[in-house]
Amino acid sequence: MRTLPLYAMAHARSGDKGDGSNVGVLAYDDAAYAILCEFLTPARVKEHFAGIVVGEVDRFEMPNLKALNFLLHDSLGGSGSASLKTDAQGKTHAMALLRIRVEVPDDYEPPTVGTRGATAPGGEL
Amino acid sequence: MAADKVVRVANGQGFWGDSVDAPVRLIEEGPLDYLTLDYLAEVTMSIMQKLHRRDPSKGYATDFIELIRRTLPSLRKKGVKVIANAGGVNPDACRAALLEVAREQGARGLKIGSVTGDDILGRLDELIDAGVPLANLDDERPLAEIRDRVLSANVYVGSFPVADALRQGADIVVTGRSTDPGLVLSPLIAEFGWGEKDLNLLAAGTVAGHIIECGAQCTGGNFSRWWEVKGWDRIGYPVVHCSPDGSFVVTKHEGTGGMVTLDTVGEQLVYEMGDPSGYITPDCVVDFTSIRLEQQDRDRVRVHGVEGRDATDSYKVSISYLEGYKASGQLTVSGPDALAKAKICAEALWGRLAFAGVRFEDTVTEFVGANTCHGEMIEVPENLGEVVLRVGVKDADRAKVDRFGKELAPLVTSGPPGVTGFAGGRPKATEVLGYWPALLPKQHVTTHVDVEEVS
Repeated sequence: MRTLPLYAMAHARSGDKGDGSNVGVLAYDDAAYAILCEFLTPARVKEHFAGIVVGEVDRFEMPNLKALNFLLHDSLGGSGSASLKTDAQGKTHAMALLRIRVEVPDDYEPPTVGTRGATAPGGEL
Repeated sequence: MAADKVVRVANGQGFWGDSVDAPVRLIEEGPLDYLTLDYLAEVTMSIMQKLHRRDPSKGYATDFIELIRRTLPSLRKKGVKVIANAGGVNPDACRAALLEVAREQGARGLKIGSVTGDDILGRLDELIDAGVPLANLDDERPLAEIRDRVLSANVYVGSFPVADALRQGADIVVTGRSTDPGLVLSPLIAEFGWGEKDLNLLAAGTVAGHIIECGAQCTGGNFSRWWEVKGWDRIGYPVVHCSPDGSFVVTKHEGTGGMVTLDTVGEQLVYEMGDPSGYITPDCVVDFTSIRLEQQDRDRVRVHGVEGRDATDSYKVSISYLEGYKASGQLTVSGPDALAKAKICAEALWGRLAFAGVRFEDTVTEFVGANTCHGEMIEVPENLGEVVLRVGVKDADRAKVDRFGKELAPLVTSGPPGVTGFAGGRPKATEVLGYWPALLPKQHVTTHVDVEEVS
């Protein structure tokens, strides 16, 4: 199956939410949103954050923004102020999720806007 | 009221510690009606309580007084009103300090308002006795478990009291623990005459507040496609141009850096979001899945279609308590074999502390430069040029935490070669403040509005 980094198909932002974090993922077009609704399941997101997300992952759909919002429970090593981690507020979790490789149909062409963030050092998407 | 009336509201302070020049630039560099400033993080109130205990005339954000001292002449000249939650745990003292500044500057006729009633620290036992459990929203533990360690307790109050102060003619309003979006909603309530049942309008004003409450995060800051953002050094802070029908345009002053696009605004809409269909505020419940965005022009994004529902019958309470102590410190380890040597440093440090009989409730060991943030998602690059060893501990016993702080520096001479960067002295124990969210039925809270004129 052909895969692409999420960074080629969407942009994202994260922050702290109680003892965990949230990552909002915004798809660039309807095709990408449909693919992500299918592919970015809570189980896949939890697996991607292995070692970081201890609790469950909840997902909410926002079709008006072509967005998916993920709640990553127990992902900060304690609540914001009690955490000893460098990223005690989950600020880097959005960039982390944008690294995931998404299975896409062969005929899907991502928009070019996100290419720079999605390009590996070798120049490959 | 004319249907084409537009009220321009800016946010110049996204959190305590944000840019000191941003509010000044918002006043000076373009048209504005209201400037809002958010000084309170969840843990800020406990710091304010501590200051207040030491000196009953303190307990508010003194940065705000300095800002008003610096900007009052231009605020008056341009007719810009200011709303800030700088009151901390002592909004009346904050108002008194502002009145003093205004008198010094001869600002006769200036009106300063304060909103109080959010601080329930002194009423906790009374509330518990009245049968309010103030149980932890996350895990339902009763407050009694941490009652003796509580440092602050504040209700997130709604936007109508601030609107009242504005209607009474206040030019500056300070509050304690109000919601961040409410700072933006309140002038819209005052200007447009919105009522408690105008739920879609209250929801729209709340969304306007949510978008700008983190300052430059909607104007290019923290944006995924950072390579498109220009003018970082002059990044414009956000202004919303609001209409009586609830629609508004997110923009920034002309000539400033950054950008306002569907994508920069979209990212901020999902920031710190829980269930988007039920965003709860004291004023209403907002459905973020109803929001419509439209790029109207360069750096102008129109927001409309926002829908809201009735507010809940409870206020959210933010309680902070002493959870223990923590300290962290770091060393820089150069290559060759930076990571291997950093690991030896870490093993030596924890081994020496164990040998000394010191154990901790929680510890952290991070190798900054080798996937501290993203863990196993990516491979650690081979032959790192250097790596930063960052270690930290947490414990109820302050002495143990301070003991940890003494173990870092010796590694420079008693560990592997090429270890440096021990600067700033020994890591010192600092308080860990626990955060305890709870609910309080609204009938237990009464807010007070006081507006005083400079004579």
